[in-house]
Amino acid sequence: MKTDVSSKKVGTGKSRSYQTQAIIIKQTKLGEVDKIVTIYTPEFGKLKAVAKGACRPGSKLGGNVEPLTHSLMMLARGRNLDIITQSQTIDVFPALKNDLWRTSCGFYILELIDSFTVENSENHPLFDLLLDTLHRLCQDDNSETILRYFELHLLNYLGYRPQLRECVICDSPVKPTVNFFNPDRGGILCPGCGQEQPGSRPLSVDALKILRLWQSCDYTTARRVKLGAELRFELEQVMQEYIKYLLQREVKSISWLEELKKKGYLSMSMKIS
Amino acid sequence: MIVAEPVAKLVEAFNKLPGIGPKSAQRLAYYLLRSPDEEAKALAEAILTLKERIRLCSICFNITDCEPCLICQDKERDYSKICVVERPSDIPPLERTGKYKGVYHVLHGTINPAQGIGSAELKIKELSSRLQDGSVKEVILATNPNLEGETTAMYLRRIILPLGICISRLARGLPFGSDLEYADDMTLGQAIEDRREF
Repeated sequence: MKTDVSSKKVGTGKSRSYQTQAIIIKQTKLGEVDKIVTIYTPEFGKLKAVAKGACRPGSKLGGNVEPLTHSLMMLARGRNLDIITQSQTIDVFPALKNDLWRTSCGFYILELIDSFTVENSENHPLFDLLLDTLHRLCQDDNSETILRYFELHLLNYLGYRPQLRECVICDSPVKPTVNFFNPDRGGILCPGCGQEQPGSRPLSVDALKILRLWQSCDYTTARRVKLGAELRFELEQVMQEYIKYLLQREVKSISWLEELKKKGYLSMSMKIS
Repeated sequence: MIVAEPVAKLVEAFNKLPGIGPKSAQRLAYYLLRSPDEEAKALAEAILTLKERIRLCSICFNITDCEPCLICQDKERDYSKICVVERPSDIPPLERTGKYKGVYHVLHGTINPAQGIGSAELKIKELSSRLQDGSVKEVILATNPNLEGETTAMYLRRIILPLGICISRLARGLPFGSDLEYADDMTLGQAIEDRREF
């Protein structure tokens, strides 16, 4: 069977195996001992590949294909799914995995990447954003800023960047007053247009300013912004509403993050009022 | 219809089982057709009793045919230790080691935010009510050493910690017959940290 696969691929001019960096998004069991691993790569975007024997104790792949791991992988082209032949860990993000809140934020990020991307669609900046965000979650205590910054830039790289400069209906520049955000229109509405448009929600001047800034600045600048509890909540609501509209469903990890927040199970150093 | 209906029905039923395709299902059905009556009846009965008599133990939520389960009613066992596992199928391998004499608690799953499985879907409330009376001295978290298992363990730790009960986690290290060269960083790091005198 294996020779059959390779002979098929010879005609396409592609080599039988290739190497790539990968961040593991999720894994599902395939049969008794194999796993289907969903990975995000810089060159090929999202991919699904088979890790043979990964459930066996002592498997060479086992721990190297756990979600939230940055690895260097060797893959062999298969008929349907490619097969992971080797995987060497580059970073396991121990600071992230040893903390309940950070791990849960990691789950949320992976779910967003998985829901928004399609297979075999290259997006190098998105890979860099994902990797940087995971590193930030390890080092930085400001999880809210990390998540919002990630969401905004994820939307940037996927073509869903919300329009925040001019009213998306009447094109007039927005004034420093309470404006409206409309997920359906993908951006800001001036007070006049916003009140008539169903599905709009009021957006405070501060929230608008921060969204505008974060949309185009680097992370070092973004993390300098100090947020009050109210503003943090508003930003979270706006982004989650927009994301829910784009995906046309709830992001499942949100309810878990909410549960942890309600119980106060955040990192010792992360305090959210 | 080419195949008689009872056979077709059985083939269809077998086909629904995990890992059994249409061909294997057919083979099994024809095997039963040829086999003696007693054998087929015994199988049918086994399946029926499985569904009739098996339920969850009201204490540990292991699958059982008596109430409470054999482990929970065993007077020889140490009730001050509870080993928390993900699934009922995790108990037999732990029992085979012969090293553990405490009792168990089955969660029936792990926390998996991406699939919408939170603490409410698991037997976590039931675990904390078992810990309230102060008779339990140690909780051993034996969830699987993967991301979901670790998340569940970290969550349980947060819940149990205020009760002042000793919490332990199954040791993580290198499996017998493995190779250092291919071990992942997380396991190898843990193995070095938790090394013991030899």
